Amino acid sequence: MKFHRISAIIERAMRKFLRSPALMMSSMIFPLMQLIVLGYAFGGKIKGIKVALVDEDRTVYSRDLRERFDAIVAGPQTMQVENYNSLSDATLDLRAGFVRAIVYIPVDYSRRVNQGNRPRIAFIEDNTDNFVTSEILGRMQDLVTDINQSLNPFQPGQPLTVPRPRLNPLVDLQVVELYPYIEYIKYLLSGSIAMSIFIVAMIGGGITFIDDKSRGLHEGYLVTPITKTELILGLTFSGAIIGLMAGTTITIIGGLIAGIDRLWDPVRLFYLMIVLGTTSVAMISFMFLLMVRVSDPLVPRAIFGVLNTLLYFPSGAIYPVEGFPKWLRWISYIDPFTYAVHALKALLLKNSGFPAIYSDILILGGFSVVLVSLSVAFFKRQI
Amino acid sequence: MSEPEINAIEVTKLKKQFGDFVAVKEVSFTVRTGEIFGLLGPNGAGKTTLIRMMTTLTPPTSGMAEVGGHDVVRDANGVRRAIGVIPQALTSDPELTARENMMIHAKLYGLTRAERERLIPQLLESVGLSEFTNKLVGSFSGGMRRRLEIARGLVHSPKIMFLDEPTTGLDPVSRTTVWEMITKLKESAGLTILLTTHYMDEADKLCDRIAIVDHGVLVALDTPTKLKDSVPAADIVEAEFENAPAGWNDTLEKLTGVASVSEHEGVCHISTNSGPLTVRELMDLARDRGVNVRRVSVQGTTLDDVFLYYTGRQLRDEASESVKRDLSHLYK
Repeated sequence: MKFHRISAIIERAMRKFLRSPALMMSSMIFPLMQLIVLGYAFGGKIKGIKVALVDEDRTVYSRDLRERFDAIVAGPQTMQVENYNSLSDATLDLRAGFVRAIVYIPVDYSRRVNQGNRPRIAFIEDNTDNFVTSEILGRMQDLVTDINQSLNPFQPGQPLTVPRPRLNPLVDLQVVELYPYIEYIKYLLSGSIAMSIFIVAMIGGGITFIDDKSRGLHEGYLVTPITKTELILGLTFSGAIIGLMAGTTITIIGGLIAGIDRLWDPVRLFYLMIVLGTTSVAMISFMFLLMVRVSDPLVPRAIFGVLNTLLYFPSGAIYPVEGFPKWLRWISYIDPFTYAVHALKALLLKNSGFPAIYSDILILGGFSVVLVSLSVAFFKRQI
Repeated sequence: MSEPEINAIEVTKLKKQFGDFVAVKEVSFTVRTGEIFGLLGPNGAGKTTLIRMMTTLTPPTSGMAEVGGHDVVRDANGVRRAIGVIPQALTSDPELTARENMMIHAKLYGLTRAERERLIPQLLESVGLSEFTNKLVGSFSGGMRRRLEIARGLVHSPKIMFLDEPTTGLDPVSRTTVWEMITKLKESAGLTILLTTHYMDEADKLCDRIAIVDHGVLVALDTPTKLKDSVPAADIVEAEFENAPAGWNDTLEKLTGVASVSEHEGVCHISTNSGPLTVRELMDLARDRGVNVRRVSVQGTTLDDVFLYYTGRQLRDEASESVKRDLSHLYK
């Protein structure tokens, strides 16, 4: 193996790349747009959901409940309460989409409170939108907890005016947050960085490689004494350098947009470079293995969207892997995106050190060695 | 005592089969050091497959080929170092400049920086592209790109050059320039050149020897002159006479080498093995018989006649047939 031949292939690719900024632009614009649009679309707090309130009890207890409900609603402004006189009117408007849920206080609510007989209120939801219903349900849980604490479990119907027993039977959960609140745009950033490297791999390692092949440019190199290994290594390293450049650019621009704290921490930047470098090598070698026997220029264009969906979404970039069904988890295990996203999240969201990312780097590195070896084995040196 | 002549290329029973289709059928020939050797044949005759086997781009199914003393299968890298190849497709990088294209290739062959700095300007000068050294190849005409690729193929000082249809798609001026360049290469650098072409005039003008390839078979191999001489009665003498006596055409048929005589609108068409000899005898006979010769002309044998003789059809017929085949679905 001669290094001068590998460096000649790298030089060729770099000169072509620097002369045509289209690759760099396209590898940056899409992930940045996705980061901004998805980040702000999913990251915002849901506000002003219209909820119908039907009070058929109309007693002091139900009024107390309504006042507490109004207080909870007033804080985060998640909901906007509309009072209805009958459940049937509210149900009609729920079906028509004018309100997203109904809080129904039945006529026997106060009686059950007095009897200590499991007083009930109903929550009827339009569950076609999971995000909205889970948000309202969260607020409803707050309401129920608040009411339960106000009612004396030992003397039904009486407020807690007597001294509390020594052992409080209600468990109080204390929540400790390790990190400051993470906005969704920060959560999404790791996926966008990996996406920019994927686009470089797709365009440089897929589309340009096949285009050059179909234009006959490869024939000019295959008649020289270059070996298969030298050619694949040259193409992989040049692609990885471009991937690293794109990844670094998105890390900085995206990090500034998302507001990552202490972005310029030199130790973290060093670890980021290692992760971006190994991710670039892994993605480029993955692409070469897919394209090594392809000669039709339409193929990489046709599978671009498929690969994007298949690699990006199962990676945990936009939703945690723990929420996937079993078959989708298997895809995430063999997806280089998964390890890149995991390592980038550890560095960008938690500023974790090397122990948090070394397994990802080892997996991505091993992945690259296997994929490059397979690409060399399958590459046809002859026409 | 002179040194024994070493062949630059030796091809023995070389065969290439793609599935059921045999593209090259056990072809054998040798190319002598320092000659321009032409593979002439229509599209699809197997010329490119042959050249690809000799340049290690395609593995042969069977048979053997030695190029520059290296076996194309056992010592492919030895072959690659000894040859320069100009493939049929334009293979220079349009996104790079002429100099960059040259430099990348020079590095692939391991030339030192000093060698690159010395050779690249010289080679670009020799193909007339000095003033375009730093211009992007994407802005070049087809002829300029072909000249650049010839220079690029010479960057490692090969002993043998392969040119696959070097002038296909070029305008007449560019073709002439490329022809001049090829001739100059042979004369100045002492290169052995193997080229493929389907242009008769190109093969006739450039090649020391020509191999006619048809349907994967080598049907004839010799110098252009000898190939033409091998075609019987291919010279045509046209003459117009005054005062020709009765039976004059029958008399002409008895001249040496004449195969047939026909007359059309007062012009005699005489098919003969040797046009010049027939003209001399015809003039002598006319003077003796008192016949005035108003006009006489000789059309020598062309490589078209040679191709027709050896393959049973004309090269241009083959080309038009292939076009008809390609377009046949439009007429259904």
